Amino acid sequence: MQIRKNIAISETGFVFNPTTGDSYSINQVGREILGYLAANKSPEEITSLMTTDYDIDPASFEKYYFDFISMLRQFELLDEAHED
Amino acid sequence: MKTKITVAITGLNNTDNPGPGVPVIRGIRDSGDFDVRIVGLAYENLEPGIFMPGVADKTYQVPYPSEGTNVLVQRILEIHKKDPIDVLIPNFDAELYAFMRSEKVLEEAGIKTFLPTLEQFEERHKSNLPEFGEKYDLLVPFSKPITRIDEIDKLKENFEYPLMVKGKFYDAYLAYNEEQVRMNYNKISAKWGLPVIIQEFIKGTEVNVVALGDGQGNTIGAVPMRKQYITDKGKAWSGITLDDPKLLDLTRKIIEATKWRGGMELELVKSSKNELFIIEINPRIPAWVYLAVGAGQNLPEALVKLALGEKVLPFTSYQVGKMFIRYSYDLITDLKEFEKLSTLGEL
Repeated sequence: MQIRKNIAISETGFVFNPTTGDSYSINQVGREILGYLAANKSPEEITSLMTTDYDIDPASFEKYYFDFISMLRQFELLDEAHED
Repeated sequence: MKTKITVAITGLNNTDNPGPGVPVIRGIRDSGDFDVRIVGLAYENLEPGIFMPGVADKTYQVPYPSEGTNVLVQRILEIHKKDPIDVLIPNFDAELYAFMRSEKVLEEAGIKTFLPTLEQFEERHKSNLPEFGEKYDLLVPFSKPITRIDEIDKLKENFEYPLMVKGKFYDAYLAYNEEQVRMNYNKISAKWGLPVIIQEFIKGTEVNVVALGDGQGNTIGAVPMRKQYITDKGKAWSGITLDDPKLLDLTRKIIEATKWRGGMELELVKSSKNELFIIEINPRIPAWVYLAVGAGQNLPEALVKLALGEKVLPFTSYQVGKMFIRYSYDLITDLKEFEKLSTLGEL
């Protein structure tokens, strides 16, 4: 699963989709996850990294993670062609 | 060294339903190649562009095209005699017909234009859009022009509600039932005449493209935009440039197929399946054109160059994520200014 290549993510957590013109604000955690997606990390790798950095168990994290992914998909921020 | 030219421009009505005159003027004034003098042509004596500083150097009142093509053109020629015009840029759909028909007369008098041909103008008309879509293999919503109010009862045979009710030049309303269609039919036909166009409603995101064709099939420039803030008249109060190759490909396809000459605005709806439906093709530069100028494509300047017969190379890029935000502003002027325009027909 990848973030669309043309999506701009600023250091302040401002996300701009130049194809649709939509923009969003995300918090620090969301920004980290988008960073991992942009670096082409797998869901398992992201879960491992996030549960190491934050006080959360893998099952709880995955629930929030897949919610977040659904939201990204709904906002057309994912490159569906590259989904695994 | 800048070339001195005089450009006459209509559409100075910078109101909540703005004409493109003021942004077109701003684009031409930004030109590094022209030392321009702007002659404003106003239909109403309270069009804000007449009084705005730095917009028109001189403004003349002109009669509405509804008074007859000849009356309008004679007035332009009369103005041209005392204040010679090099290029004329009409900015309203409703006046284009008169100027297209008079292109030769104007040219002979020394006034250059760069307008679509009558055939191009007619075939992209709202009422002809289905045939246009079929001819050029483009997705367009199903639509039907109606000229009688009793045709509304039969619409349910071809349409599902909601549907769009549109004027032949301007105005568009969403109607959820026959009663609303009747109300809008009366409102639109009283203002813009007949036919009134009934169009299938396509659910999705509205996107627009401003473009310029050289008349040979080449796209000189094209900038797509999404409205971010829309007024109750459906006008963009804010917008942002997009990076969408599909929109640009579609624009180039239309310009190439039609050999479009002049400015145009494509109004499109991107459906949930990412299909691009053409809702309207406006045969002129839109009021948000200054966004394109700000994003790196000075289309009004390029239009003037094309009108002057200069070779214009196509723009190859623009800045994505450029935004415009309109604002309202109370301009203070003296009664004397208003009086001059009202009594002498010029300011």
